[in-house]
Order: sequence, then C-alpha cells, then structure tokens
Amino acid sequence: MSAVRVLVGTRKGGFVLTSEGSRRRWKVAGPFFGGWEVYHMKGSPADPDRIFASQSSGWFGQVIQRSSDGGRTWETPGGGPTKSDQGMPMGESNKFVYDTSAEMGRPLTTHQWYDGTQHPWEFKRVWHLEPSLTDPDTVFAGVEDAALFRSTDGGRSWHELSGLRGHGTGPNWSPGAGGMGLHTILLDRGNPGRIFVAISAAGAFRSDDAGRTWKPINRGLRSEYIPDPDAPVGHCVHRIAMHPSRPETLFMQKHWDVMRTDDAGETWREVSGDLPSDFGFPIEVHAHEPDTIYVVPIKSDSEHFPPKARLRVYRSRSGGGDWEALTRGLPQRNCYVNVLRDAMAVDSLDPCGVYFGTTGGQVYVSANAGDSWSPAVRDLPPVLSVEVQTLP
Amino acid sequence: MIRVVLPYHLRNLAQVGNEVSVEVDGEATFGSVLDALESRYPALRGTIRDHATRKRRPFLRYFACERDWSLDPPDTPLPEAVASGREPLLVVGAIAGG
Repeated sequence: MSAVRVLVGTRKGGFVLTSEGSRRRWKVAGPFFGGWEVYHMKGSPADPDRIFASQSSGWFGQVIQRSSDGGRTWETPGGGPTKSDQGMPMGESNKFVYDTSAEMGRPLTTHQWYDGTQHPWEFKRVWHLEPSLTDPDTVFAGVEDAALFRSTDGGRSWHELSGLRGHGTGPNWSPGAGGMGLHTILLDRGNPGRIFVAISAAGAFRSDDAGRTWKPINRGLRSEYIPDPDAPVGHCVHRIAMHPSRPETLFMQKHWDVMRTDDAGETWREVSGDLPSDFGFPIEVHAHEPDTIYVVPIKSDSEHFPPKARLRVYRSRSGGGDWEALTRGLPQRNCYVNVLRDAMAVDSLDPCGVYFGTTGGQVYVSANAGDSWSPAVRDLPPVLSVEVQTLP
Repeated sequence: MIRVVLPYHLRNLAQVGNEVSVEVDGEATFGSVLDALESRYPALRGTIRDHATRKRRPFLRYFACERDWSLDPPDTPLPEAVASGREPLLVVGAIAGG
C-alpha cells in the first residue's frame, strides 16, 4: 500500500501531512520549529526518512534541521554536545561562510545593490535544500545572498561551490524586492556532473562538472525591467522545472513569461500561449508525462493575487503554448492568495498527484493530475514551500 | 557558575529550561560567557552572534543588573553580581508581533 508524505514549510513552522495512496484523508503533524520561518523541507531520494529543513528567523539567523525518521524527530546536525578529535565543540551546521580563498583567482566581494552601487555579499538564509539523488548525507543549499553550498556530512558542515559566484557575472547580479536568493537546484540523474540553478534576479546557470565551473544560460529570455532586456544576466527567474526522463528540456516561470528550452538552457523560447497572465511563481511537470506542465497565473508583479480573484491552476499537455484552466474544487470568487515559487510539487503515484500551498495557509491536493482539487489542510500559516514524498 | 537567561526560541533550540549555567576559564567577560555558552550548547552557535563576524545579531540585546550592555566591547568584564552568580545575564530578543 503506497502512501504520500507532504512537507510544508510556512512562515511559522514546518508541517508534515501524510495520507494513504488514495490521498483523501490527511493527518497533519506539527508545527515543527514553531514560530520560525521554514523556507524549505525536502527528503532524500536515497533515503526517504532522511529529511532536511531550513529554519530561520530575523532574530536568530539560520538553523539547519535534519530528521532521520521521516519527520517525527529532528536534530541540528553537529549541534549536540559532540567534541571533535581536538576536543573542540562541533556545531558548524548553521555556518554558511562565503568562499574568499585565493584559489578562486578573482575577488568575490560585491554584487549590484538596489541603487546600482556594488554591495558586499551577506548571508541571510537558506531558501532551498536539494538532497543528492544517491547519497543521503549529501545535500545542496541555495542561499540568500545568492550562492550554492554543499554538505557531504549530513548537514554538519557546509562549503560553498564558489565557481558559481566567481564565474564572472556575479557583480551584475542584483536582488529583487524579496532578496537575492538561489531558489532552484535541479540535479540530473543520468548525468551526475550536471546541475542547474536559478537566482532572482540573475537568471539560470548550468554546471557540467558537478558545480566547479558555471555559465549563464539565459539566451532567449527578455525582461523589460532591466536596462538591456536581452542581457546575459539580470533576469528574475522565479522557478525552473525538469522531468527526469528528459533532462535537456526545462520549463521556466519567469517574472513575466513562461519559457521552455530543449537544449539544456542554450536557448529559450516563450510558451506562455493563451495563459490569462504569464506572471506567476511556481512551475511543475507531471510525474509521468514530460510534456504536461502546471503553472498558477498571478495577475501582475504589482498585484500578487489570481486574475479576477479566481484561483486556477493552468495545465498544458503540449509542453506549453496551449493551456487549460483547472478550477474544480478551487475558490472561484473573492480569492486573493498567492502561490510562492517553491510551493508546488507532484507525487509519483498513478494518477499523478499535484499539490500546492498558498499564502492563505491552504494546501490543495489533486489526486487526478489536476482535474479536481481539495484542501488537505486549510488554516496553516502562509505556505512558503511544498514538497512531496511518495512512499512504498 | 554564571547564569544566562535565554529567549524562548533559543531555549527550545538548545533543549534547555529558562536558565542555564556555564563556567568560564579565566576572566569572565561578555565575550567569554558567550564562548562558553556556545561551547556547551553548539546549536546556539550563530544564533546570538553571527558566525562569520562574531557580532551580536541586531535583534538581540544583553541586559544585566538593570543595564543594557549590548554596545559594550566583548572583552568588558561581567558585573560582579553576574560573575558571582547572584544575578543572571539576560539575552533578550526585540519585541515584535507574530
């Protein structure tokens, strides 16, 4: 009997929702880390009971939490009274320090600030945790100010993959109003050296050597809110999604425009088609149909709520261009919630389940690939992220 | 023993009660008390002082003996009442909604 575990990060803690494969009745556990912002929680594909969580607070900074029992209990890796061989206390798990080493060969000191001046990189929080596809002790962290870190010891210690910030365009990256965060990390099961990341507001980047070197992959993106709309970097990419069976094809929800590439980011083309608005945050791919994709259109960058106050997921079965509104079970009047970039996910059951969380605290579930929806829970704090684990 | 009162969220993080006690080798200063606190409760590293800069996080203050010591240098000796354990050092978070 299969089951589903949904990991929900909110403004005031983390929650774990569980259901049998029918996805009709849900148990809600939490809040974990109550009162803290939980930007993201994600389980390891190599060991589903291994879950990482990013817990942060304006008062106390960043804390990494780890569960080894499917989210029932949590620990701060390295945070206990453990002593190293030298007798010094451990507790490095929350330490994200930017690489300033000489071997980088170029200064990594500043990026563009809101007013156009250069500004030092300052660590603020972890936006996204991406566990390795094969090793439960290896996990990547996308952070604000934008950088990529990796832990190979289960979250005890973190080291920057500084080739990303150091490849040359870093001084041209700038924050959006929500900060300059690295929010998307995509790993390719068939090509362990390949990593895609996306940053607001810099764009998408690709490494083909496991994170050592990087290049921008933004050709074809056009953003009217930057001085050069076709610039190599500076685009506010909101989210990228990939189907594991077709890793050269990526789908992107940008700050305006839904985009697609079929050559691993070398060129992008717009597939917004007949969407009522091509502004939005999340984008997701069906678990079994690589050309079936989902977005949640938002009215505009100035009004972050659904067009005409009707919450609608849009589905394309043709890889973009042609879209259908999915409305059954979703509020179709007086709805002013948003769906944030990391707050949509799919399970791998058949039919595919689709999940998303709102800033109004609802987590909606479709057990039939989007044809109809129902809330698994509806009064949580504002939802920041949703991830799904399909369990045997 | 030096007594330290932590804010609610840090008590939960360190899995301790309202007040903890730490010992300091040598002269007890505000900096050395925080070093000892982080040594005994490594989960607190980075939560009171920034990992990289070692500066006090901006939403936290240090109070003791009815005085705000937040802006005093880390090598400032503790007041005798705190060093002797008669009074606690309070780590206090800024008041805010939510």
